[in-house]
Amino acid sequence: MASRRKEQPTEDGRHMETDVLVVGGGPAAAWAALSAAEAGARVILADKGYHGTSGATAPSNTGTWCVPPGEGRAASVEQRFKRTAGLADRRWMLRAADRAYENLQKLVDWGYPFPSEEDGSLYIANLRGPDYMRFMRQRVQKAGVTILDHHPILELLGDENHVGGAAGLSRRNGASFSVAAGAVVLATGGCAFFERILGGTGLTGDGYLLAAEAGASLSGMEFTGKYTLAPHGSSLNKGLPFRWATFYRESGEVLRDDRGEPVTNGIGGGERQVAEALLSGPVYARLDLAEPAIQDWLRRGQPNCFQPYDRMGINPFEQLFRVDLKYEGTVRGTGGIRIVSSDCGTGIAGLYAAGDAASRENVTGGVSGGGAINASWAIASGWWSGHGAAHHARSRKHRDFARLRPLGATGLRGAGQREDVELAVAARTVHDEIVPLDRSYWRKANVLEASRRILEDVWAGLNQAKPSVGIERLRAREVASVTASARWTVAAALLRTESRGVHRRSDFPREDERQASRIIVSGLDRVSALREDLALETAREG
Amino acid sequence: MIEVISSDRCIRCDICERVCPAFVFDRDETGLPVIARQDDCQTCFLCEIYCPTDALYVAEAAHGPIGIAEAEVVERDLFGAYARSLGWSRGRAGGAQNDPTRHIRVAQV
Ligand SMILES: Cc1cc2nc3c(=O)[nH]c(=O)nc-3n(C[C@H](O)[C@H](O)[C@H](O)COP(=O)(O)OP(=O)(O)OC[C@H]3O[C@@H](n4cnc5c(N)ncnc54)[C@H](O)[C@@H]3O)c2cc1C
Ligand code: SF4
Ligand code: SF4
Repeated sequence: MASRRKEQPTEDGRHMETDVLVVGGGPAAAWAALSAAEAGARVILADKGYHGTSGATAPSNTGTWCVPPGEGRAASVEQRFKRTAGLADRRWMLRAADRAYENLQKLVDWGYPFPSEEDGSLYIANLRGPDYMRFMRQRVQKAGVTILDHHPILELLGDENHVGGAAGLSRRNGASFSVAAGAVVLATGGCAFFERILGGTGLTGDGYLLAAEAGASLSGMEFTGKYTLAPHGSSLNKGLPFRWATFYRESGEVLRDDRGEPVTNGIGGGERQVAEALLSGPVYARLDLAEPAIQDWLRRGQPNCFQPYDRMGINPFEQLFRVDLKYEGTVRGTGGIRIVSSDCGTGIAGLYAAGDAASRENVTGGVSGGGAINASWAIASGWWSGHGAAHHARSRKHRDFARLRPLGATGLRGAGQREDVELAVAARTVHDEIVPLDRSYWRKANVLEASRRILEDVWAGLNQAKPSVGIERLRAREVASVTASARWTVAAALLRTESRGVHRRSDFPREDERQASRIIVSGLDRVSALREDLALETAREG
Repeated sequence: MIEVISSDRCIRCDICERVCPAFVFDRDETGLPVIARQDDCQTCFLCEIYCPTDALYVAEAAHGPIGIAEAEVVERDLFGAYARSLGWSRGRAGGAQNDPTRHIRVAQV
């Protein structure tokens, strides 16, 4: 009994036209698509995966930064600003809080099943990933957006001074397709550097490469020293249960800090000690500080966290289990495409960025935005970029699609002829230069310098390789994107000769107030890193 | 990683093939899904909850298969376990309104 295919396979060379093309399928893409449609634009959303399950939110359970309007809001922003390592911008924080709150109210109006508080009011500061993203897909469909599932974008299309579309392939058959658009929103998520974290396989920093090929720059790529605990060998990088953990050595002996106290709270004070201990051997945990009520809330509120334990057949509240610190790159780190205007423009006409594809320094500075800020930023930046793109598309009603040319290079086109460049080897090499704790939890000049040279070689190899064809193009571009992201990360990390936020230099362990500005990286064959001397003073006063 | 597809439970609806974000499945000539690109699996458990008949099992190891067989999944009542704990049923969403995460969010960073 063969069942009917619900989706026609893309024929090779299919061409489409639209006002706004949204690249990605996570929350930022969904909000961008809804926003552009609301502004009257025709919208196509092209996702590498399935819009509704792809990305970092769908398999997770995300808390939002939910700050109601009123007198408390300024105080909330102020309190959060103190934790941003001096690099956030209060004006952006305030408007992101505002926009995210407005859009959470839209979810209420649309009937998203939020839980209720004891007094009957809705608790809207948490979104259960699978439910939220399924709900968003339905809204996006309802808004008349054309959804292309399993249609990754491989490159942008543009002319001398603007971006006017993109091209990609269908994963079903490797067929090429292209979309001419008045404007493009990159909502491709972050870069997980091939670490197996929740939602991470498709998160290869593709948007960063696409943007850089169009001439945009990135910012905050050094704020990528972010790791989260997970049961050993699993994909479950969810920190919350470890709030109630005590940590142990393989022998069963409790891990102790400098003062001889047991190491606890793996999402707070304990994280660093666990990281240090992991350098010299396996570390175990037990969620032994969770009282029965907490255990019940954890089980019912974070059921994904318990899948590994239940499947392994262990009780994490009573038994010791081995843990890893999983690397999260820019998914819970902060770096991404540099935003230059309030509508999330990238400085390249027709090109916008939202969610983890964009730098989140404006709202979270040099610390992780995971746990609250990132989800709200995805909502707010998605919304702004959708409006910005729709507006831009309207101003370019008379577009000359014939002048568009493909902007993609490494892995896709070029004169390379080598046939011995193995993508799997390149992927592993890059992973191993970035992911280990002694590469990105603690950094130092000589290690970074060695990585820089190795990554240069990988990049050169990718350029000398014979360009991929058919379905292989996807992997080639993913490896190129991760390699480029690694090079930008290392360049920024070398330039920041201090420790700040989630960038820790063991050779410069202290924060240096003269370096309280952002670092901008750009370039492909030649990477450059520059300090942006931000007018933060005005923001501080205002 | 995705490891088990129960051909007895599966009704050949093609949902898992469409919803898997990592495009892991193909289907054979009878419409039964086959795990065609296992190493691409991101161990997100989402195919399990979208499957209308709880016919899929994703093992906890993210780096490679552990070799678990259908009989053990049945015996330990693991088919549909994630869906049940969420409140999803027969591939339909449910249970978000009962999420007690607000009680523990205070501790989140
Ligand atoms: C386990 C976990 C828990 C988290 N918990 C929280 C939390 O509690 N609070 C919080 O604020 N944040 C949290 N985060 C972070 C949060 O999930 C992300 O910030 C958020 O998902 C970003 O949304 P996004 O739409 O930008 O990216 P994503 O949701 O990651 O989506 C990226 C999308 O881009 C698509 N894509 C990628 N490349 C291409 C391409 N070339 N062509 C087409 N499409 C492409 C992908 O398929 C995917 O659909 C968590 C992250 C993880 C991993
Ligand atoms: S979703 Fe379930 S029932 Fe449908 S094809 Fe897949 S395994 Fe079979
Ligand atoms: S666990 Fe996730 S990635 Fe793996 S097969 Fe299922 S849906 Fe696909």
